[in-house]
Amino acid sequence: MPRRTDIESILLIGSGPIVIGQACEFDYSGTQACRVLREEGYRVVLANSNPATIMTDPEFADATYVEPLSAEVLTSIIQREQPDVLLPTLGGQTALNLAMELIESGVVDKYGVEVIGANQSAISTAEDRAKFRQAMIDIGLPVPPSATAHTLDEAMGIMERIGLPVIIRPAYILGGTGTGIAHTLEQGREMAAHGLAASPISEILIEQSIAGWKEYELEVMRDRADNCVVVCTIENLDPMGVHTGDSITVAPAQTLSDVEYQVLRDAAFACIRRVGVETGGSNIQFAVNPDNGEFVIIEMNPRVSRSSALASKATGFPIAKIAARLAVGYTLDEIPNDITEKTPACFEPVIDYVVTKVPRWAFEKFPGVSGVLNTQMQSVGEVMAIARTFTESLQKGLRSLELGRHGLNADPAEAAYDPLSDDELLAAAAVPTPERVFQLEALLRRGLTVADLFEATKVDPWFCDQILQITEERAALTEVGFEAMTPRAWKRAKQFGFSDEQLGFLWNMPAAEVRAARIAAGVEATFKTVDTCSAEFEAETPYHYSTYEDVGEVEPSDRAKVIILGSGPNRIGQGIEFDYCCVHACFALSEAGYETIMVNCNPETVSTDYDTSDRLYFEPLTEEDVRNVIDAELRSSQIAGGPGIAGIVVSLGGQTPLKLAGVLPAGLVVGTSPESIDLAEDRERWNALCARLDIPQPAGGIATTVDDALAVADRISYPVLVRPSYVLGGRAMVIVYTDDDLRDAMAEMAVSGSLGREGGLSAERPVLIDRFLEDATEVDVDAIRDMSGEVLIGGVMEHVEEAGVHSGDSACMLPPVHLSEATVALLERHVKDIAHELDVVGLINVQFAVKQYGTGAADQVFVLEANPRASRTVPFVAKATGVPLVKVATRVMMGASLADLRQEGLLGRRANGDHISVKEAVLPFNKFPEADAILGPEMKSTGEVMGIDLRPGLAFAKSQIAAGAPLPDHGTVLMSLADRDKAAGVEMAQVFTALGLSIAATSGTAAALSDAGVPVDQVVAKVGEGGTDVVELIDGGLVQMVVNTPRGRGSRADGDHIRRAASRNRVSLLTTASAGLAAADGMADWSRHSLRVRSLQEYHRGVTSDQLALEL
Amino acid sequence: MIRSAALVLSDGEVFEGEAIGAEPPGGVTSGEVVFNTVLTGYQEVITDPSYAGQIITFTYPHIGNYGVTPDDHESRRPFCRGVIVRDMARRRSSWRATGDLEAFLVEQGIAGLAGVDTRRLTSHIRDAGAMPGAFGTAAESDLRAAAKAEPGTEGVDLVATVTRSESERFSSTRDDGRPPRRVVALDYGLKATIVRHLQAIAQVEVVPADTAAADILARQPDGVFLSNGPGDPTAVVGAADTIAALLGEVPIFGICLGHQLLAAALGGEIEKLPFGHHGGNHPVRNLATGTVEITSQNHNFCVADGSIPGADITHINLNDHTVEGLRCRDLPAFSVQYHPEAGPGPHDSRYLFTLFDELMEGGDHA
Repeated sequence: MPRRTDIESILLIGSGPIVIGQACEFDYSGTQACRVLREEGYRVVLANSNPATIMTDPEFADATYVEPLSAEVLTSIIQREQPDVLLPTLGGQTALNLAMELIESGVVDKYGVEVIGANQSAISTAEDRAKFRQAMIDIGLPVPPSATAHTLDEAMGIMERIGLPVIIRPAYILGGTGTGIAHTLEQGREMAAHGLAASPISEILIEQSIAGWKEYELEVMRDRADNCVVVCTIENLDPMGVHTGDSITVAPAQTLSDVEYQVLRDAAFACIRRVGVETGGSNIQFAVNPDNGEFVIIEMNPRVSRSSALASKATGFPIAKIAARLAVGYTLDEIPNDITEKTPACFEPVIDYVVTKVPRWAFEKFPGVSGVLNTQMQSVGEVMAIARTFTESLQKGLRSLELGRHGLNADPAEAAYDPLSDDELLAAAAVPTPERVFQLEALLRRGLTVADLFEATKVDPWFCDQILQITEERAALTEVGFEAMTPRAWKRAKQFGFSDEQLGFLWNMPAAEVRAARIAAGVEATFKTVDTCSAEFEAETPYHYSTYEDVGEVEPSDRAKVIILGSGPNRIGQGIEFDYCCVHACFALSEAGYETIMVNCNPETVSTDYDTSDRLYFEPLTEEDVRNVIDAELRSSQIAGGPGIAGIVVSLGGQTPLKLAGVLPAGLVVGTSPESIDLAEDRERWNALCARLDIPQPAGGIATTVDDALAVADRISYPVLVRPSYVLGGRAMVIVYTDDDLRDAMAEMAVSGSLGREGGLSAERPVLIDRFLEDATEVDVDAIRDMSGEVLIGGVMEHVEEAGVHSGDSACMLPPVHLSEATVALLERHVKDIAHELDVVGLINVQFAVKQYGTGAADQVFVLEANPRASRTVPFVAKATGVPLVKVATRVMMGASLADLRQEGLLGRRANGDHISVKEAVLPFNKFPEADAILGPEMKSTGEVMGIDLRPGLAFAKSQIAAGAPLPDHGTVLMSLADRDKAAGVEMAQVFTALGLSIAATSGTAAALSDAGVPVDQVVAKVGEGGTDVVELIDGGLVQMVVNTPRGRGSRADGDHIRRAASRNRVSLLTTASAGLAAADGMADWSRHSLRVRSLQEYHRGVTSDQLALEL
Repeated sequence: MIRSAALVLSDGEVFEGEAIGAEPPGGVTSGEVVFNTVLTGYQEVITDPSYAGQIITFTYPHIGNYGVTPDDHESRRPFCRGVIVRDMARRRSSWRATGDLEAFLVEQGIAGLAGVDTRRLTSHIRDAGAMPGAFGTAAESDLRAAAKAEPGTEGVDLVATVTRSESERFSSTRDDGRPPRRVVALDYGLKATIVRHLQAIAQVEVVPADTAAADILARQPDGVFLSNGPGDPTAVVGAADTIAALLGEVPIFGICLGHQLLAAALGGEIEKLPFGHHGGNHPVRNLATGTVEITSQNHNFCVADGSIPGADITHINLNDHTVEGLRCRDLPAFSVQYHPEAGPGPHDSRYLFTLFDELMEGGDHA
């Protein structure tokens, strides 16, 4: 059955912003789908609100709608584009839920759109837990005893009937939001209430807990001819009880005999057939009782999932690409296997290595959060490591995390467990946390047994024994000592995954000496190939991983190569934006004739797709591992007599590759020199540079001790902004108002604090202390400078939140709406001067604070910082302006001038329409109910969305809808403002009341509003004051929007309660006055003009207000 | 205590590792080196008699993780010569297991080699073909000589080394309310899982490979099953003649070597594959339905396409388009090259036992 010819256009729904539980794996899947479907000759219409994705690049679809993902918006897109079919299975839970809404509301029928990939019945059977359960019972598959509840009373009755512990899961959720295990009725009541609130249909499933059972996942594909294959099996190291997204997982399954595995395989096929996923990939989860092999089916996702991305990267079998082809009519046997090119995709990959995925969390950013792992996913990213054995892949995975760990202990950070007694440490390990795997090794090193560990943690004895083998090898290495290492011993140590850093730690010597001695002994990394078939067939795709074996498989190449270092695991502050940059660099270099070589360890990304670069190395981004790749590539060039490595790109993947710049071979790093990068980071030299250029800076200083810090603060006066150097995402950055707060902040940054792991504080890494400019507008500028000295301004972005809110968490507008032409010109001049002075070749981002005085007085501009590298906003700017900034910058780094690129056509005209683009951050507070939902100088957002329209207010309104907190058009706005914001509060309240909304306010705010003549409908009590308090009001669903600005210093408890309640109830929450004003503008605009959807391609061609008038 | 050891192939290629399992006499084990790509099912593979004369290289690095259990033995003992792995599990983890794999190898007198760059070895066999080799703790020169002296499997009657000497009866487990059929199974190296599947439809009498056609027919079976087995079908003395005498007299179903022998009895030609099919993931198209089955395979020889008079090809391998199944046009006989019984492997093709049942339903074919 070849491709369908009865369809011409396909609407693909993306997954929207990166949130916990739904990350860039859906950019990977969506990008693959777009590519494949266009290759097949279909017209592709894409809807996705996330500007940081590759898939929303205008060249990946025929019409790209960077618009909010809501049913209304999609209906408008369907009206405009009239697609024949809708493919919802590649955009995560978001796309699936939207498809269900469009089906149920009759939109797809009305417009004659066929839903392909999974139909209504399949989606609801898989997603509705009661239906799924019944379906499994119908076909004789075991499920744990359970029942659904729609009310709290019902829930309590069920818990008593099933018996504790129980697991509580809300229906229609992603990433396990609101899911948990209750051991007591009290816990159960709390979780049930939370779960009922989290579920969009107020439904929870209560199920007997099978915590402690072994957990497996099967990635299954099915085509319309009913051919089914298992692409990959995954075994979780952490047993049931920890969300699979938060578990260390291993592929293939390690401890299942074939007899047991085939039973699960049969069950998986029975499940996908019963649910009725006709084409595509599904992920099916099982739990197996380790005592007797009894199994139950836990759940299935009738779509491509995070695990599918992992399985694709783990095996080389491109699930998303194949799912897209299956959806348009192909069968598995009609699709060739890309890697072998000779055999069909209708087979089951076999691998001859072990893959380990390790999640990365961001608990340090959310004080108050326990950090205990449970059935709700909390991690923000993950790494994957490939090696020939589990021990080697585990150690590679742990050092890929970039948490200052060099492997499984045998590093300075292991000392953290020393103060604990054996019992304490075992008790700690019994509770799943990010530390658990390290704790297990420490326990084994103290002589506890595999049986002890299994009893306490239920981590399978096979895994514990593997960890023990690392422990034993470590002991042997210590005993043998550096001097007595034989080539065989070196190889053995490396085969267990020990990094040179770990060996240096064990022998108390620098890693560089370890490396030199090892290489002298002839033991070097060999690169094997991921080929889907364990070498049974020749692989045509150079997708490599390092290990220590007899021979490597890197083919000689005589082309000029460029190595692009990726950005490692997603984390808050460094996410998909940087993957976007690395991928664009690949595309640009490839178009310019270079051989592209990607190094990265993040399985969720487009960069780690084997067809993004010419060669892919799935490797940790550490000095050792990157140097191994460089050595292998140099050898490959030497053998072929090629020109070798033309450059290494370090400035596009965030801090991860940038940190490596200094240790890479001199001269190979292209673009801005490491020296210039350092100049921008080095406080004193940077200050001197600004002084030289006569660009004002906020007063400031540097400190490495508390006394230094206090002295600086005394000189420049409070409030001050305190931040460590060389971190991204404002890690540990705070605004402090008093000496005491400053002391606390310094303690946090010292080695003992949470930042200790990330390098701590030292003379080389001092703390920066600057005067904090209150009420200033922050502005970001992205620009490119070429070797000839020409500077291209990419975009000037005005932040919606005032200075002091991390730029990554602030909404911003492009072009700026409130800055005068003169100010913009001044900012651009400063950027050019700084770029020249830093001798930038490539991208630079400069941040400014602008103090506006209005009424004709000139604005005052201060430069805050400059980063001569790709910034987080680059993809947004590129989408807003239509200029492919990264491609241009990459070519510039390789020596082209902007003039050359203009001539070549790569650097085209900027979109010259009248549209305004707004970027809004998406915050994870709903996943961390214990944390304060407040914005500050430390970045907390996981993702971003973009709203585009011809009016700033409408663009802002769209960005709010896209971010999941639409501005209300009726109901009540709750206001509780700091004194300094009360004037702005009056301004916005006037708009709200004019629009017919009512105002509720806390007493002080209410007084200020009443004084100004704004009617306040309800004065509400603060928490504990008696009467209906603010939290009750919000929890009662009586508030549609909250504007709450923190009161500078002092007790913030009340605001804290308000914000938690708002984020818990998914009520639009604005925590700065400027955001409140922007919202008021947006609501006013929205009340007068309807939201219209337009594709990015239209905006890039230029949509003007005149045209809009014609349309109306 | 690590015992350094090596594998030397007949073309001189050397692979270093360490000895595991039993200690063979003189520190040398020789055989034809093949690779198997299964991720699970090492015990079934090692105890599959079809590996007689062969040294099995497992491409998956960790072998032995879930131990061994008597339930998973495919025959009374392993007939392979040796086992090569990257990593032999020192600790098993499974509620089913009764022992460790390495202990089992020692007990069964099977030598092994661990720590080998099995991917390099697999790639080499893929490119150069399956070939004789010798491994052990002996000097490299001894291993080299042993590898050269090893005859391999071509032209060798390995069936004689694995077949039963006495016939054996297995009662039926049929539970669909219908009377069980009577099947005689020729043991060319019969796997236990196949017997279990036959038992589900019939009383099974397993007879030695050299049992004469007349003796078989004298048992008045409803059907005859031709089993899997090791090596070169053209070397199995008398088998093709026996089958030729049975054809038309009684419904026949053959698997693997049984399939090749049926083809040979029909006048078909046999070819040797470069490195064989050994794994659990081979896609096979059922030409009658068009659907694809993921199959378990273990063979170095195959039936040449277009060479079998009077029979239709029913299944083909999608990787290399070799013949995977045939059915006689005018006689009640069919066979498949792959292993529908699995053990180890996917269960996709178990319907073939039902087809055999239905074929026998046809009654007296004489």
